[in-house]
Amino acid sequence: MADFVMPILGADMDSGTLIEWKKKPGDRVAKGEIIAVVETDKAAIEIEVFTNGVVQQFLVQPGETVPVGKVMAVIREEGEQAQPAAPPPIKPALMTTPSQPPAPAPPAVEAGRLKVSPSAKQLALEIGVDLALVRGTGPDGAITREDVHRAASLTHPSPSPVAVGEATGTRGEDKGEGRVSADRQARMRQTIAAAMTRSKREIPHYYLGTTIDMGRAMAWLKEENSKRPVTDRLLYGVLLIKAVALALREVPELNAVWKGTEPVQSDAIHIGVAISLRQGGLMAPALHHVDAQSLTELMRNLQDLVKRTRAGTLRGSELSDPTITVTNLGEQGVETVFGVIYPPQVALVGFGKVVDRPWVEAGQVVARPVVTATLSADHRVTDGHRGGLFLAALDRLLREPSQL
Amino acid sequence: MTKITYREAVRDGLREALQSDPRVFLMGEDVGKYGGTYACSKGLLAEFGPDRVRDTPLSENTFVGAGIGAALGGMRPIVEVMTVNFSLLALDQIVNNAATIRHMSGGQFTVPLVVRMATGAGRQVAAQHSHSFEGWYAHIPGITVLTPATVTDAKGMLLSALREPDPVFIFEHAFLYPMEGELDEQAGAVDITKAAIRRPGRDVSLITFGGSLWKALQAAEQLATYGVEAEVVDLRVLRPLDTRTMLDSVRKTHRAVIIDEAWRTGSFAAEISAQIMEGAFYDLDAPVARVCSAEVPIPYPKHLEDAALPQSATIVRTVKGVLGQI
Repeated sequence: MADFVMPILGADMDSGTLIEWKKKPGDRVAKGEIIAVVETDKAAIEIEVFTNGVVQQFLVQPGETVPVGKVMAVIREEGEQAQPAAPPPIKPALMTTPSQPPAPAPPAVEAGRLKVSPSAKQLALEIGVDLALVRGTGPDGAITREDVHRAASLTHPSPSPVAVGEATGTRGEDKGEGRVSADRQARMRQTIAAAMTRSKREIPHYYLGTTIDMGRAMAWLKEENSKRPVTDRLLYGVLLIKAVALALREVPELNAVWKGTEPVQSDAIHIGVAISLRQGGLMAPALHHVDAQSLTELMRNLQDLVKRTRAGTLRGSELSDPTITVTNLGEQGVETVFGVIYPPQVALVGFGKVVDRPWVEAGQVVARPVVTATLSADHRVTDGHRGGLFLAALDRLLREPSQL
Repeated sequence: MTKITYREAVRDGLREALQSDPRVFLMGEDVGKYGGTYACSKGLLAEFGPDRVRDTPLSENTFVGAGIGAALGGMRPIVEVMTVNFSLLALDQIVNNAATIRHMSGGQFTVPLVVRMATGAGRQVAAQHSHSFEGWYAHIPGITVLTPATVTDAKGMLLSALREPDPVFIFEHAFLYPMEGELDEQAGAVDITKAAIRRPGRDVSLITFGGSLWKALQAAEQLATYGVEAEVVDLRVLRPLDTRTMLDSVRKTHRAVIIDEAWRTGSFAAEISAQIMEGAFYDLDAPVARVCSAEVPIPYPKHLEDAALPQSATIVRTVKGVLGQI
């Protein structure tokens, strides 16, 4: 049997509301399928299941708000026998005399709030441990730091709970309207405030910038697009995202998350793309395995991601997976971005607008389209030297657009 | 280094103060002919004469008041109030005059007064003579409250206190007077702004002061045999409190046990606990625990008195509870 629990969809999430089940008891589910839609302070999110099996029982009904880690459904894993959906057997009562106080219930059986030390809770969020699966050994069965560390070493590294972003709120009844209540707006703002405050408090940022000659990239893009049907045309932003992904292969130290006391590099390059929302606020959901995608695939996936971000139908993994963020404020006329890193990521890449500037080439002043690329990076993890290598790689890659 | 008792270290400090500054004088009950109830001033009357070492009547409010007057008049009085139990009779002078004159005079006058007294229980002297009120005094703005727990601090804090422009109260745990320690020949004034880590550790912070320090260190020894490394923080100065050292320790160990010989309710331990909650809540891995005296008048019979006071065994048991090992 496997438990399907309320997932952590952001470092600051402590509960979520079930909007609807996408499956019925008895349905077969496969890893990666959408099983439920959960609403957080920030968005309605489609939640994937991480087990192959059959839905045995739902423990939470639509409309209920439950804490992170609460078991919401039981899934019978493949090969297991069907079991009657019954509550867990109650232990026979101990022989007690009336004068004895009742023995405290074992913590695992207690409903509602998990007993977790403040420090353990913080740690679990930082290193991405699902507290519902941790056995507490502290006072009164509370989960301690050591318990979280132990659980982290036992389980596969789960997706880091990156507090990335906020989507338009889409409650069941106003789905599609994209309406965001003032209350929701305020909470979204608070979410961003918490993440950004944490970032500036905990992450010693350093900033590097370089101006990149986009002449060849823009010319290549123009020519490439002239060969494509209108629907398949590439936006230049896709070149930037792909170039960042390839540069990260050369400087993998920037593609990491900070886990409590040390950085952990990510094997995959999942780039969080900062997407601003019409109602205000922003989010940065992940484009997965960017380095392995063609520009055409990336373009399609980016369009889909932007659309779903604005519609509020993101998936949990898209919120929790980014290992770095790219933000492009060129459309707003910004020339240089000094970005704030989204914890627990360790870097953010910013792009300004492409502008024609006088550029000296072979002793001649010529007009060139250029863009300022900046890197905000966590100085605990990398130094300016590494950061510089990254920007140099980015510069080189953007000068060879046909290789992207 | 010389081996020296705590009482001898206090006497060393008194002698050095009397020798080095003609404005310094010692007064209190039995400090002269009798040599002090705890023999801290033994021999000083003969050495410095009756002007510098003065016996007073049994009238605490009066001679503390006289000390305040002398301080205002330019002297550097050291007033020995035999024990904290009797200091209650001098509370008006302490709270309403010593602590307020700088403020009430708009800074025109300061009161460079040093008051020493014994504190604490554990010697079978019964309820009225077994109080631990240093936490009460730490409640009062305008004074400094010191709790020397080592021979170095016993001597050095007295010398440092005499350099302060405002009143300093020194609480010497009566249990410590016969305790021996190593004192550097060069030992002099010491810092009186910082807490001290008396034993480094990683698993739990034992936060304490005064006489309880030794019980905490003993408990830490015992805990080490179970593989628990306790860090022992000696607060040293209760007012103004060095919050940083204490919080840094808790941030490292994630657990705190406070040992305070006063009664639990409204104790200084409660203040420490609140400060940890305010400053290090998200670093805590277990609720803060306190080892304090039982909420009873301290009993006379030895077995009951022992049971009423913090003991190293109680500390060990409490630490195990905090670690989830009970």
